[in-house]
Amino acid sequence: MDLNTIWFLLVGVLITGYAVLDGFDLGVGVLYLFARSEEERRIYLNAIGPVWDGNEVWLLTGGGALFAAFPIVYATVFSAFYLAMMLVVVALIARAVSFEFRGKLQGPGWKRLWNGCFGLGSLVAALLYGVAVANLVRGIPLDEVGTFSGSFIGLLNPFALLCGITGLAMFTMQGAAYMALKTEGELQGRMQAWTVRGWTAFVTLYAVVTLATVFAAPHVFAGIAAKPLFWILLLAFAAAAVIVPIGSRAARYGRAFLASSLSIVSLVGLVAVGMFPRLVASSVDLAFSLTIYNSASTPRTQTAMLVIALIGMPLVLAYSAYVYMVFKGKVVFDDASY
Amino acid sequence: MDPVILSRIQFAITAGFHFIFPPITIGLAWLLVYVEGRAWRSRDPVYERTGKLFGKLLGFTFAVGVATGILLEFQFGTNWARYSKFVGDIFGAPLAAEGIFAFFLESTFLGLYLFGRGRVPKPVHWFSILMVAVGSVISAFWILVANSWQQTPAGFAIRNGRAELESFWAAVFNPSTLPRFFHTIVATLLVGAFVMAGIAAYRLLKNGADEIGRCALKLAVPWGLVTAILVVFPFGHWHAQQVAETQPEKFAAIEGLYTSQRGAPLVLFGLVHVEPPELRAKLEVPGLLSLMAFGDPQAPIRGIDEFPADEVPPLWITFVSFHNMVILGLLFIALTSWGVVKLWRKRLVESRRYLRLLLWSVPLPVIACQFGWVAAEVGRQPWIVYHLLRTGDAHSLTVGTGEVLFSILTFGLIYLFLGALWVYLMIKEAGHGLEPAIGQEVMA
Repeated sequence: MDLNTIWFLLVGVLITGYAVLDGFDLGVGVLYLFARSEEERRIYLNAIGPVWDGNEVWLLTGGGALFAAFPIVYATVFSAFYLAMMLVVVALIARAVSFEFRGKLQGPGWKRLWNGCFGLGSLVAALLYGVAVANLVRGIPLDEVGTFSGSFIGLLNPFALLCGITGLAMFTMQGAAYMALKTEGELQGRMQAWTVRGWTAFVTLYAVVTLATVFAAPHVFAGIAAKPLFWILLLAFAAAAVIVPIGSRAARYGRAFLASSLSIVSLVGLVAVGMFPRLVASSVDLAFSLTIYNSASTPRTQTAMLVIALIGMPLVLAYSAYVYMVFKGKVVFDDASY
Repeated sequence: MDPVILSRIQFAITAGFHFIFPPITIGLAWLLVYVEGRAWRSRDPVYERTGKLFGKLLGFTFAVGVATGILLEFQFGTNWARYSKFVGDIFGAPLAAEGIFAFFLESTFLGLYLFGRGRVPKPVHWFSILMVAVGSVISAFWILVANSWQQTPAGFAIRNGRAELESFWAAVFNPSTLPRFFHTIVATLLVGAFVMAGIAAYRLLKNGADEIGRCALKLAVPWGLVTAILVVFPFGHWHAQQVAETQPEKFAAIEGLYTSQRGAPLVLFGLVHVEPPELRAKLEVPGLLSLMAFGDPQAPIRGIDEFPADEVPPLWITFVSFHNMVILGLLFIALTSWGVVKLWRKRLVESRRYLRLLLWSVPLPVIACQFGWVAAEVGRQPWIVYHLLRTGDAHSLTVGTGEVLFSILTFGLIYLFLGALWVYLMIKEAGHGLEPAIGQEVMA
């Protein structure tokens, strides 16, 4: 395996980590829009309070790793998606500050403002990630030197919007599966229902997206049946998809959450297998696509970064796991709570 | 309007606004390492309450810092695509290292610190604030590595139309990394000391018996003196010497040296006249600049006249921001020395005039940081990477003027709103748990 492939995997791991971990934060934010009382809202916020910030770091580190390993992709995609990127950042800012601001003053108008920021910020971000991935898969107009000639409106094509909604359903399922672990009684019952609802929407949309991809991005399927990894991931996805509703209905919430997470991991994996070795498809000519070879940094940089990742990431996983252990179980309020 | 200017304005607004918060969190985190350590070892309830109050303020400020930092991770790609392509082989690595070594550490342990009080054993709780503090310094290190490489690039070769890495360590420890790192880190500690001292003063002005205020004030004022001295000498001095050595145009601009000369004077004050470059109403000490920069009062120093006109940074803003930073730096030493004398004479807490001065001084070190940053980054112009790539050749060609204008307005408004709320809520939270002073009760 060459360095470029290793970095393809590592960036993929960071994106997957983000999708699984901040995935439930985003889902919790979406479900927050349906919360019925002030106390419920506080349960939502405190369910992710101690961990959401660390989860978001997966995105920032993913951005940094992309810059370090595939700078041409970082430069091309982020400038091409300019307005969309700005929208995502505004959504993430709105979400991030609402935790802290919301509880600092009383008054219904104040609370409503930050409730809206948290819920809508999560919703917009959850929707746009799918839109972004869809465009990278389907292809954006890149010429032979990798210059982008599209527009913001062009990014909002039907295929991309379909993928956006699929992502939203996936994050909602993940958020509900997480919340079922953190809640009790009637609220937990509703989270169980949302898990199944999100799952139904996700699996249905996933089938539609797969079909649409045959037409929108046929290159994804070229030669894929010969790759063993494709079949493994497909099986993993199918198994996860079966376990989510069964586990949730049987009140095995831990199992349902793990299955939901596995479905996200395998979905990201399937997209990656379909794309490899491309990172960004060109809709002008597939030959103009940005790949892990024509957009990479030098082997020296990729080697140095690999050493950094091998030292750093095991530590990150170890202390993150410890913090999750400390805060596991149902939400209890104390004077540190939001 | 020119898309380069617009992208520069956006970068200045977003990075400048973000840079208000990390110095406060780094500075407070280290003070909290001490406070929480005392709370744990001595079981002193006053330290515990002090830790709790400043811990909450840290958490709040950290959140705004994180929120305003998100854009910065992506902005090199969105607005400076040609820059990102040119430096990507070198500049991305420190950003990724910052994420892996610092962001995870800070964020994860801050959650444990804020929510783990009473849930995890005391040593673990103390360890969590220590890791927040360590993480914040590692974060500062890597982002300053990236910034320093723009100022004094090293460890690379130009190949395939871009800067390619030759030596990782030479790039990381390029000539300006260490001077900049130490100067900046000590500045953040000073910011933390002033924020803590100001909040303590605020509480003591409301109630002279407030124990949290007394505890915090007695810690922050001496710490302020130590850091105020260190930020100027040796670290500020060292950093300036390095600039004289490695970026002579910038040095000439910030010091106001417009003609090359032996025995260059140190300008204490002057009014900059740009065209032709000259200083009016100036007050200077002969030979001192040469002495300070190169250890010899007769050493020759190159002035602005020696450089091509299109390689000279803007003269007015660099001179003004650098000199204001230095004046503020000296003021901090005076202010904290006065406080330490008062503390020694056991009159610190009672001196309402001094407390009021401390309260109004809270923004000053933050402003000094902004001045320093402006002097450093405007002083680098017209280069985005010193002597390698011009700022005018670095922005994204595919992003239109309208798009950048739109994002400037969006972020400008959001940040104005966030900044105002943050100040208001910090003041409100700073008075948390204050009991009304006995005398005031009688008056009411």
